[in-house]
Amino acid sequence: MTATTLEKAVAEKAATVEFRSLRREFGATVALDGLDLTVRPGEFLALLGPSGCGKTTALRMLAGFEHPDSGAVLVDGEDVTHVPAHRRDAGMVFQSYSLFPHLNAVDNVAFGLRMRGVRTAERRARAAELLELVGLADKGERYPHQLSGGQQQRIALARALALRPRVLLLDEPLSALDAKVRLTLREEIRRLQQELGITTLFVTHDQEEALSVADRVAVMRAGRLEQCAEPAELYGRPATAFVAEFVGTMSRIPGELKDGTVEVLGQRLPADGEVPAGPVDVLVRPEAVQVRPDEQGTARIVATAFLGAVVRVTVRLADGTEVKADLPAHEATGLGAGTAVGVSLPERPVLVAERIQK
Amino acid sequence: MARRLTLWRWVVLGLAALYFLVPLAASAIFTVDVPGQGLTFDAYTRILSADGFLSSLLLSLELAVATIAVVLLLMVPAVVALRLGSPRLRPVVEVVCSLPLVVPPIAFVAGIATVLKWGPEHLSRTPLFETFVVIQNDRFPVVLVLAYVVMALPFVYRALDAGLRAIDVRTLVEAARSCGASWPKALVRAVLPNLRGALLNASFLTLALVLGEFTVSHLLGYTPFAVWIYNVGGEQAQMSVAVSVLSLLVTWALLLALAGAGGGRNRNANTRG
Repeated sequence: MTATTLEKAVAEKAATVEFRSLRREFGATVALDGLDLTVRPGEFLALLGPSGCGKTTALRMLAGFEHPDSGAVLVDGEDVTHVPAHRRDAGMVFQSYSLFPHLNAVDNVAFGLRMRGVRTAERRARAAELLELVGLADKGERYPHQLSGGQQQRIALARALALRPRVLLLDEPLSALDAKVRLTLREEIRRLQQELGITTLFVTHDQEEALSVADRVAVMRAGRLEQCAEPAELYGRPATAFVAEFVGTMSRIPGELKDGTVEVLGQRLPADGEVPAGPVDVLVRPEAVQVRPDEQGTARIVATAFLGAVVRVTVRLADGTEVKADLPAHEATGLGAGTAVGVSLPERPVLVAERIQK
Repeated sequence: MARRLTLWRWVVLGLAALYFLVPLAASAIFTVDVPGQGLTFDAYTRILSADGFLSSLLLSLELAVATIAVVLLLMVPAVVALRLGSPRLRPVVEVVCSLPLVVPPIAFVAGIATVLKWGPEHLSRTPLFETFVVIQNDRFPVVLVLAYVVMALPFVYRALDAGLRAIDVRTLVEAARSCGASWPKALVRAVLPNLRGALLNASFLTLALVLGEFTVSHLLGYTPFAVWIYNVGGEQAQMSVAVSVLSLLVTWALLLALAGAGGGRNRNANTRG
């Protein structure tokens, strides 16, 4: 019930966020190098990239903790670049330990309401409502040091939502948690976000996390946007070699491009990607690589790793290239290191990129 | 093995206790055991009626309160700003704040005395002359507060710095700001409450320093508590020792009171949780 009332309140306000050619330098390092990005109303957008790619800087600019050297941040078409952080109307969840240690859970959640001058009874009621929303109604009197990491982040989430912000900012909120909690909490964040319909930006360096929760994923590199697309498209049709290799696992197999088709592993396959004809690398996902035992095969298995449902085998081709392949566990039995195998690709278009000399 | 360790601990504790308690006990006995009269608390009763006891004690307490207020108002914003704004300046501030430890009080007071003499002569025709008169007012010598603030800097800086290290100031401020708190509100509502231990520590140290300070106040010609004890000692040995014992107890009582006032809410908070 509480969720639905909240939902209405927030859904009406679901905001568009625009970054317009944001640029920011810290001394000699360029954190943002002309970032353009639009977040649709009610969307859950993940900012993904290696550390130092500027994703956190972008988020902090939206929160108002950093200011761009040039460019603008727009919320609902309104320029907020010079609005101070406390008037931004953005709820933020930090990496960790951001709860106020001297306040219990209820008072932490009610902190923002107190800053707004909401009456005590009203703000306690609203805080209780939010604690229920994150499933911690019974922990209201606990202090942060009496709560587990996952519980602390839930409280932080409740606190960020308390003021009914127009955007929700999540700055690697799961990175300090252990694997199991991380999984359940990210599902919970996703559920809440969908219930509330609030525009959300989620910064992470974990591609699995980004792909599993976000509506769209924006991959950043060196202060610029590489690609912003839905997870399936990002994974299946990466726009650049960087995206291809950062999101998921990618192997490079040398091939020869001619007339829009590429000669690779003795097969001729249609090619994707704007590369001039000549020697190229074919980018393949491990699940797309087929490996079968073959006495006459020139490839050799060099390593296997058991991942549960699948076994990831590393195969060295005749020319020394290493290719990773995922095989169902039952097919992989008997494929120990040193086994001679044959490698092939399915008859589908493949992504090609310029040859990288090794 | 553990047994032997425990034994050793007790031996060390016993030796330390002897080292501290024997002189204290000797002083206490000296004050109550008058040759020929047996046990008497005469020395203590005389203190209360002694000339200048109350006024000097009050002066010391006032000075302590003023010093604590000034030094905290000066240092808290400074160390927080240092932490948030320019961490690179930290070593500089640390060295500056440690300087009072290096300069002996005697040199410090010589400098102050020189300025106090030089100032009025050169500024006699300006309004600053009045300033010099006011800060040397016998009833409340502001100049002593200024001197004590400087002398307390090393202790206060260290206490606050240790407190700030224990919390993530930047994140707390940013969390408060994203909850709609302006800068000053974020400091007062989110940072200061978590610095309570450090603030109390700084206050303790400053209080102890001011109550026991002798050199500066004596050489500048004021009579706070420590100087009064010294003056009394010249005339009546027994009473001066009695006052020393008493001042020790007073300082302890004040520190305990401060700790009680500070710790009370904390304990409450923990049991509520």
